[in-house]
Amino acid sequence: MSTIQDPIRPPAKAMRFGEAGLLVVFAAFAFFAIIVAAKAYTPAYAFHAYLFAAASIASVFAIGNRYMARPAGSVPQVNADGKPNYNFDVVKVGTIFAVVWGIAGFLVGVIAALQLAFPAFNFDLPWISFGRLRPLHTSAVIFAFGGNVLIATSFYVVQRTSHARLAGDLAPWFVMLGYNFFILIAGTGYLLGITQSKEYAEPEWYADLFLTVVWVTYLLVFLGTILKRKEPHIYVANWFYLAFIITIAVLHLGNNAALPVSVFSPKSYIVWAGVQDAMFQWWYGHNAVGFFLTAGFLALMYYFIPKRADRPVYSYRLSIVHFWALIFIYIWAGPHHLHYTALPDWAQTLGMTFSIILWMPSWGGMINGLMTLSGAWDKLRTDPVIRMMVVAVAFYGMSTFEGPMMSVKAVNSLSHYTEWTIGHVHSGALGWVAYISFGAIYCMVPWLWNKREMYSLKAVSWHFWVSTLGIVLYISSMWVAGILQGLMWRAYTQLGFLEYSFIESVEAMHPLYVIRALGGILFLSGALIMAWNVWKTITMPEAAAEQKLALAPAE
Amino acid sequence: MSTTQDTHHGKVDAATGVSTTGHEWDGISELNNPLPRWWLWVWYACIVWAIGYWFLYPAWPLINSATPGLLGWNSRSAVAVQLSDLQALRAESAAKLGNASLEQIEQTPALLTLARAQGRVAFADNCAPCHGAGGGGATGFPNLNDDDWLWGGSLEQIQQTINYGIRSSDSETRSGSMPAFGRDGILQKPEISAVSDYVRTLSGIAQPGSDFAKGKEVFAANCAACHGDDGKGNQELGAPNLTDGIWLYGSDKASVEYGIVNGRGNVMPAWHTRLDPTTVKALTVYVHSLGGGR
Repeated sequence: MSTIQDPIRPPAKAMRFGEAGLLVVFAAFAFFAIIVAAKAYTPAYAFHAYLFAAASIASVFAIGNRYMARPAGSVPQVNADGKPNYNFDVVKVGTIFAVVWGIAGFLVGVIAALQLAFPAFNFDLPWISFGRLRPLHTSAVIFAFGGNVLIATSFYVVQRTSHARLAGDLAPWFVMLGYNFFILIAGTGYLLGITQSKEYAEPEWYADLFLTVVWVTYLLVFLGTILKRKEPHIYVANWFYLAFIITIAVLHLGNNAALPVSVFSPKSYIVWAGVQDAMFQWWYGHNAVGFFLTAGFLALMYYFIPKRADRPVYSYRLSIVHFWALIFIYIWAGPHHLHYTALPDWAQTLGMTFSIILWMPSWGGMINGLMTLSGAWDKLRTDPVIRMMVVAVAFYGMSTFEGPMMSVKAVNSLSHYTEWTIGHVHSGALGWVAYISFGAIYCMVPWLWNKREMYSLKAVSWHFWVSTLGIVLYISSMWVAGILQGLMWRAYTQLGFLEYSFIESVEAMHPLYVIRALGGILFLSGALIMAWNVWKTITMPEAAAEQKLALAPAE
Repeated sequence: MSTTQDTHHGKVDAATGVSTTGHEWDGISELNNPLPRWWLWVWYACIVWAIGYWFLYPAWPLINSATPGLLGWNSRSAVAVQLSDLQALRAESAAKLGNASLEQIEQTPALLTLARAQGRVAFADNCAPCHGAGGGGATGFPNLNDDDWLWGGSLEQIQQTINYGIRSSDSETRSGSMPAFGRDGILQKPEISAVSDYVRTLSGIAQPGSDFAKGKEVFAANCAACHGDDGKGNQELGAPNLTDGIWLYGSDKASVEYGIVNGRGNVMPAWHTRLDPTTVKALTVYVHSLGGGR
């Protein structure tokens, strides 16, 4: 603007290729989405098309505003003091998304648990009936909460351990915001009844295609940052993140292969049929557990535990051996979800035996996590964040023993289709995934917002005890429920007739469902304490942080 | 991998006395501890066990089949064995029930106990979704505890209903339906109103009003053919008794009128294709014993 007075020409400000390209793409996509919305077969699909159009238009404005506000020139890779100019803004946004989606996902879980104990909680409304809330709950906690934790921490860890700024300028933002837009489409889709009825892969073809674009961008940003690294070697946490990103892409493409009825319809048909479809589904479903909830969160463990404990990782060799063993063997274990079905016996055998072989590779991560504390065990008493992460690793060990055990056909014949499966999933999901995530959030929030420590460590301690009690109630009630169900279903009278009708086994579940709902309410309460603590940490002034610590605040 | 190289690059960790690998990322280093022995040996044991299992059971896919396993086990024959074991366990009772007539079962306490034990769970798993856990019924689904029977409450009649259903897709089914007098234009609104009022007086839930005579006239001309002149119904046609105060679809005037306008006719499925004859027998005796059997 002030070029006239300036004798020396300032650097000309021009749009970067990515900015201009994305502007054009988003503008074109907005037009396309509006046309689809106008011709959509169903109102729900039109609603989604309008959401796509609105998000595209918002992106056009956001990119334009950012261009107007930013200085000329390229993104600085290092600060004035020679340190990497880390891109932490995108990590901050992901951290907040994780906390918000976590609360939403736990809340929906509590409602679903209450619906099972007291069906009146369905309120006779189709949108919040159990059939729609269940996938909303699973997707919200796995993909919305867990996914944001993984993307946020991976963007943090890959920068810190590569000593390099995140690759890309707009790409990390596209990944973060695009992923959360996918969550919005998936979640509203469930409530409106749009589903392709594949567990953990319920979103329809258009959401799947969009997620594919986001995910490939995620891979490129992550790989690009690793390629720019200033360290000679790639840190173990980044191996796990990379395995998670690549494998989830493969699984997503394989399981969601579908032919849409029309570009104007949300409906599509999966290309796989019959038992092949079932096998694809559980190859996907099991490895969503393996690579999303195990490999991804082991990456968190490998960074945040040694960092917080200020101790070296226990064994480099163990990390190499268990990493490669884990990723090679996990991919085989899916058929154990289809024991005693139309799946051929040989596939069931392989699924079961590879699940057993997987036990020790899984435990390698537990050993490395726990033994990293050798020389610093006193921190379990003094640091509630370390306590949370160590208990997470203990739950990880427990679930990765329970899983192979349940994959044994003799055990599975009792446990399959019962609440035991739900108990097993939640000892992993609440105890391992959520706890290691909470630990990472408690570490990362003060680091990101330049505070010495969380606003209240006492509140962290309260979060730990309240939610631990919740987990214990949850998993013990579901173990009892599952074994009770399994035994009731297989009980015969002396005359050779079934001892119980199905509905009698449902009735027997009621008190256990009530205990489970109570456990869920406690777990949700703990997360609300965390959200309050995160909010206070972000908003407190740095000086107050020092004071708070000195006073050992009471909660 | 030589230790000299490790110590050359790494630093010795004071707390454990183990050296690091010499690399560091954001302040994190890694110790050069070996794989835990117990971990490695348990893993080897798991692998050996898995290989042994592959020899014994169907395991690796071939071009057109899979390795069968030395034990010759497969899930199809395993389930066949379990089913035949169950049949063997039930053989004695099945023979007793199979050979006895419904009357004999009813009169022999031992057989009756047997039939009710089998019928109870069969009822809960197959019938309760419509007729209720205790056979109490619901709107449109008959109560099996009372002695009001649409198609007859004798043992043979109940057995026939269970086997072939009512208005089912089975060729042996019995069917008879209440015509849609209003929708098909057979009766006009005032006539439907009058005959509804009249029908409700038959069981004493309404008092005769000004349209009593007209209602009676409409009833005689249109309804009596199936429901009888006195409204006591006809089990040959499945026409309900209208005088007993038991109403399948509700006794208020709106419900009665709705039935006359639109007709009625729910479906009871045929079970002989899904349940074996002994189970149907047991169910028959069980339902008969619920309280209303004739």
